[in-house]
Amino acid sequence: MVRLITHNILACHAKGCTQNNFPLQFKDASIELKEQEFNPDFLRNFLSRLEWKALVDTARELGDTSLPLEMPEMIDDEFLKNLHHVLLEIHVEEGAMICPNCGHSYPISNGIPNMLLAEHEIG
Amino acid sequence: MIPTPDLSHLTRRDYESVYEPAEDTFILLDALEQDADELRNMQPSISLEIGSGSGCVSSFIGTILGPSNTLYLATDINERAASCTARTGRQNNIPIEPIIANLVAPLRSRLRHAVDILVFNPPYVPTFESEAEDAQTTRNIQGAWAGGANGMQVTDLLLEQVDDLLSSQGRFYLVAVKQNDVPAIQERMRQRFNLRSDVVLQRRAGREHLLILRFQR
Repeated sequence: MVRLITHNILACHAKGCTQNNFPLQFKDASIELKEQEFNPDFLRNFLSRLEWKALVDTARELGDTSLPLEMPEMIDDEFLKNLHHVLLEIHVEEGAMICPNCGHSYPISNGIPNMLLAEHEIG
Repeated sequence: MIPTPDLSHLTRRDYESVYEPAEDTFILLDALEQDADELRNMQPSISLEIGSGSGCVSSFIGTILGPSNTLYLATDINERAASCTARTGRQNNIPIEPIIANLVAPLRSRLRHAVDILVFNPPYVPTFESEAEDAQTTRNIQGAWAGGANGMQVTDLLLEQVDDLLSSQGRFYLVAVKQNDVPAIQERMRQRFNLRSDVVLQRRAGREHLLILRFQR
């Protein structure tokens, strides 16, 4: 299950690919929605670790427009519920993630991303 | 007493390519259980296990901390292990995110000083260097134990990155055996990265003298 919380942490690490290598772009993503327990404290704590623009852009690409472009100053329950859904309930089960810089494709199969590189691609 | 994760869904075939939990796994669980209250009090946001294999340890951490309180990331270089980790998470109702990766390669840049709990039960058995290299390249079960010179070939690679990964309150739990030269590991981590460490548990299991090291700032 590649959830957007995890996607927000993965970057391309191919040889020489050090700039504009995040966020990876989903391709042919097949999505499943799975309910998760809502935990506002966890979300509040996690906010500072997120790359907000990457999260919002990716959610929009996957068809979810519930998050504002700028992280709001007032964190209310409605915002946290939307954030909860985007971060934790959207699961990309199949497809690939493409590096916006070098074009490297990382496949996702059965919800597990394969981030390995071939020998000659390792930096 | 925290229950050992349910692994009844894993089969003989899984264990042909994925390490089956054994004494080294259980001493790590015991060390984590010993620290359970402190770990909960830390309110960790991110737990990262490297080489998660069966997924037993990450599921156990999830049981200590609760399924929704922490993000449970788990990497393994072995595809089948990543799949076992996912299944063990589901079996124990812990949402673990398995990632097929070499150590922390795709996570490094975004997890700078962000990991609260880092756990590694490395391939620690001293072998010929080529044996450890082949095992990591072919990503087979041997990769779960073949550790090359002093059993430190793979561990050494991660030790260089621990300081970069740990958050200010972060802790790193490492499984080792006596032949790894634990005092040398501790001294090196203190000198190079100013990370202090303790042997929090040790025991003899057959021929192995197992130790759990805990590093923190």
